[in-house]
Amino acid sequence: MNRTMSIVISAVIVAALLLAAVFLQKPLVNNLDLGLDLRGGLRVVLQAEEKPGEPITEDTIQKAVGILRDRVDSLGVRETSLYPQGKDRVVIEIAGEEDPEAAVDILKNVAQLEFQDEKGNVLVSGKNLIDAQARINQNSQEAYVELKFDKEGAEAFAKATSANVGKPLVIVLDGEVISAPRVNQAITDGNAIIEGDFEAKEAQDLAVLLRSGALPVSFTVLEKRSIGPSLGADSLEKSLKAGIIGILAVFIFMLGYYRLPGLIADISILLYGLLVLGSMVLLNAVLTLPGIAAFVLSIGMAVDANIIIYERIKEEIRWGKTLQAAIDAGFKRAFWTIFDSNLTTLVAAVVLMYFGTGTVKGFAVTLSIGLVINMFTALTFTRYLLVLASNLTKNIRLYGV
Amino acid sequence: MIIERRKIFYIISLILILPGLASLFVNGLNLGIDFRGGSIVHVRIATDVAATEVREALAPVGQEKSEVQKSADNTYYIRTSELDQEQTRAIINALKTRFGEVELLSAESVGATIGRELSLNALMALGLGLALMLVYISFRFEWTFGVAAVLALLHNVLVVLGVFSIFQWEVNSPFIASILTVVGFTINDTIVVFDRVRENLRGIKKPDYLNILNKSILQVVNRSINTVLTAVITLTALLLLGGATIKFFVAAMLIGFVAGAYSSICIASPLWYEIKKSD
Repeated sequence: MNRTMSIVISAVIVAALLLAAVFLQKPLVNNLDLGLDLRGGLRVVLQAEEKPGEPITEDTIQKAVGILRDRVDSLGVRETSLYPQGKDRVVIEIAGEEDPEAAVDILKNVAQLEFQDEKGNVLVSGKNLIDAQARINQNSQEAYVELKFDKEGAEAFAKATSANVGKPLVIVLDGEVISAPRVNQAITDGNAIIEGDFEAKEAQDLAVLLRSGALPVSFTVLEKRSIGPSLGADSLEKSLKAGIIGILAVFIFMLGYYRLPGLIADISILLYGLLVLGSMVLLNAVLTLPGIAAFVLSIGMAVDANIIIYERIKEEIRWGKTLQAAIDAGFKRAFWTIFDSNLTTLVAAVVLMYFGTGTVKGFAVTLSIGLVINMFTALTFTRYLLVLASNLTKNIRLYGV
Repeated sequence: MIIERRKIFYIISLILILPGLASLFVNGLNLGIDFRGGSIVHVRIATDVAATEVREALAPVGQEKSEVQKSADNTYYIRTSELDQEQTRAIINALKTRFGEVELLSAESVGATIGRELSLNALMALGLGLALMLVYISFRFEWTFGVAAVLALLHNVLVVLGVFSIFQWEVNSPFIASILTVVGFTINDTIVVFDRVRENLRGIKKPDYLNILNKSILQVVNRSINTVLTAVITLTALLLLGGATIKFFVAAMLIGFVAGAYSSICIASPLWYEIKKSD
């Protein structure tokens, strides 16, 4: 390759990368899925409670997930993820919820609605509901919930009301009496209302619970984390800034210590950072706080790969090789060093990815992506740039020797 | 040079590790709710009040035993046993009654069972990861390198655990990620040193391990120092300028990285020498 050609190619690469860094950085960061620990939101782990004689099956949990999804959707939040964990758990994650605390109630209630007579016999239950809507009584301004039964429910309700004229009908939700209105006459059209001392919001929540149906099992809250949006955003912004300042300082150090190769390292690491962010966006990986740790580690290893290569090249030059020969020999040796050190870490990272959960997994995913890309950039791109640079100048003082 | 002075390094390492180890046995780690179970409510109160006042304000709702810690910007951490929704709300209302404007920043509750699972799962994954690294190193190098590398790695993890125990800094699930990062960095650091040893051993019939180790260390010491230096630069920036939530998380990595750079040269290599010598 002649010198002019090398100059042109180097200029194109540098310009393209700088442009990419300037223009892609924002969209990449914005498209990155952030974990709840970074941007705020709600995470709840529910544990199904097994009752004697009613084993929890996959089917039960699947059903529960469906019902919970209905309830979460009714909250009108944009991004949620709901998934079963293990045999008897459900994980619910809601991002950026304004009032995460309130959402918890609506999720964990079983919502088993029953109409009972005075003696406690169940006459009609919530499983026969088709619809439930919150309404406001225009005269009294009181909130109530309007129910609509299916055919079977309407029949049962007609029978129940006609048998109990003049007596109270007790409305029970999850074992708690909501109200016990007196039946004035038989109701045969399959419509009913629940009045109580509701606030408008409470009536709405109740309607949501009843609409989505009762959960097939009762759940306890095993873990609950609600992070307000301000806290999440605050720590993310500060840490991002700090990270950028840290990396800039590393860039300056590399430039000062390694001169021309230092510049090449900076360019390679820029490409590396963009590739990692891009891969995370493409793979829909979620960036969490542990993920940032992994990113810091992988940047560290990317810098290390460059340092290994340059130290090696310097050694070869000191042993009397020409620049070209030193770069060749340096890479040949550095290749296996970088290969083995990265692969050893990758072995552990992949294990953690498969067997770890939560924190450990978030860490391992980002690290694995980082390591693979590191081996690629250090061993191909950096090398190419070095060869280009050696075409530009043979002055070994620029290599810090 | 390095290997001849290994006894000095062993002593330095013992001085680094023993107090921490003693503290681990006596005080253990200050486990946060992620491992122990319980609740933390994090609030911002508009007026500047003392932590004791916050505690007093919680007496009417039966949470006077909770632990209140004042943090930056008028924020307070209230640590209690595991709370349900009503209890969390009661706490916020009690604070509002007493202090007026109160903003709920975060509320976390973790059951004790999930904490146990978390630790167990993390330990198992880590154990399996270490075992496979040993296999890989034995396959690519020789088992003696693997053993020395893993011992050096335990050394670094112990240093970090020890510091956290002595200062009783709180340990939560991100700490696991910090430890894993230390493991990753250390192993990388050590492998680079051993890679050079492996190269210098090539083709030599009756190697003088002591000289080869010293020569290899001298050849890679620049790289070791520069690599840890760049990592320390980034981590220090994160520690000083980053959000409050990541402080201890970064501190653990920083301690581990420095210990890692030291041990890859001053502990891992001498340990390998001991193994080889007695072979």
